[in-house]
Amino acid sequence: MAMLEICNVQKTFRTDAKPGLHAGIFHRPGARKAAHELQVLRGVDLTVEKGDVVAILGPSGSGKTTLLRCLNFLETADAGQLILDGESFDLAHANRADIARLRKKTAFVFQNYNLFRNKTALQNVTEGLIVARRMPKEQADAVGMKMLAKVGLADRADSYPRQLSGGQQQRVAIARALASDPEIIYFDEPTSALDPELTGEVLSVMRQLAEEGMTMLVVTHEMGFARNVSSKTVFMENGVVVEQAPSRQFFADPKEERTREFLRKIAHTE
Amino acid sequence: MFEAFFSNRTVSVLAEALPRILTAGLTMTIPLTLVSFFFAMIIAVAVALVQYANVPVLRQIARFYIWVIRGTPLLVQLFIIFYGLPSVGIMLDAFPAAVIAFAFNEGAYCAETMRGALESVPQGQLEAGYCVGMSWWQIMRRIVLPQALRTAVPALSNSLIGMIKDTSLASNITVAELFMAGQRVAARTYIFLPIYCEVAVVYLLFCTVITKLQALLERRLNAHGFQ
Repeated sequence: MAMLEICNVQKTFRTDAKPGLHAGIFHRPGARKAAHELQVLRGVDLTVEKGDVVAILGPSGSGKTTLLRCLNFLETADAGQLILDGESFDLAHANRADIARLRKKTAFVFQNYNLFRNKTALQNVTEGLIVARRMPKEQADAVGMKMLAKVGLADRADSYPRQLSGGQQQRVAIARALASDPEIIYFDEPTSALDPELTGEVLSVMRQLAEEGMTMLVVTHEMGFARNVSSKTVFMENGVVVEQAPSRQFFADPKEERTREFLRKIAHTE
Repeated sequence: MFEAFFSNRTVSVLAEALPRILTAGLTMTIPLTLVSFFFAMIIAVAVALVQYANVPVLRQIARFYIWVIRGTPLLVQLFIIFYGLPSVGIMLDAFPAAVIAFAFNEGAYCAETMRGALESVPQGQLEAGYCVGMSWWQIMRRIVLPQALRTAVPALSNSLIGMIKDTSLASNITVAELFMAGQRVAARTYIFLPIYCEVAVVYLLFCTVITKLQALLERRLNAHGFQ
């Protein structure tokens, strides 16, 4: 049985989707009618096996990031189902307990790291363990140091995020994700904010995780990573999955014309 | 004109008044300021959080509170609480009445400072907290509020300095604070200019100390890599 199955995820953005933001005294009651609607996800299905490293490719605006955010309830989908480890979740109507249970089994690495700015590298890694999982501090510190060592940053444990380079911050974020011992880690364009040199250090940590059998779902623009590290590649456009295949097959013999066109365009930049 | 300052009588009156003014300042003005500011901060954080979290009814109450307090003079608020409330059966001593007025007044201004500071914390900080399994409250207490408070330190110090001086209004509701101590000496001796200048210098002294403490606090926070 697949470890993670997602079925028919749908999401529409509306320009008035952020309640309260424009609801001040100048809010016009008629404004809602003019609200713009954009269907970002039009029914996405995806299956991830244990130990899979799935790369999600696609042009900007294809819904890759939104999909990932829906899977962790950072956005609420309009429809969709997620089955993780045999446990089913309704992505459109989850209660607080469901959300907490799902998030306990997953971890998320953001494009812009999102390290807690008022915490040191080590505290960033241990915060969730101590506060959310009620782990004793000594034990959490031991786990934290082990995870920092794993990403090669044990010597920067007491540094604050602003004292670290982008690549180091992202590696701390990966250590933070690993600390909770998740079933799967979602990566949302983890290297897009980094220059090529720093990208390399983050990718090599991710490659190491892949070799250790960590299950990962990675939204990325790094073709090298998709081609050489991921076991499966998914191509998304306009809110649907256009093609998904084992990575070797995906790059050697893409079935869909649109995929071939995308890969041809990318080839110029590689 | 300078004889007024340097005549023997003026100098001896100023010297005699100084301990009274300082004592009133240390035993009344400073406690009144600190106690009021403490409660103002509690009100400010609560009122800012209610708006930040968009709690339906409480949010409207918070906006109404800020609207009323910021739209009416502090002196009028003091008079309503001390001279007005007894007619509906609420009798308060001068000091608690002053604390209530100052706390609610300053709370409204600091609430806006705190709301701005809360909104300046990137949304990603909250999302990262959710993703490691923390609850909204845990994220507020341990991640967002500490960052917001750090951002708010300069503006809150401003408010605190403003409040020290505003407490002089409490003399109008019989609180025997710094300004009233000066007023009494002036009324008794008819030496106005030197005495009120002395009062001003003591306020200046208190505010200088607060300013220095603010600089010290910011340096410490920055040394902690925390910005």
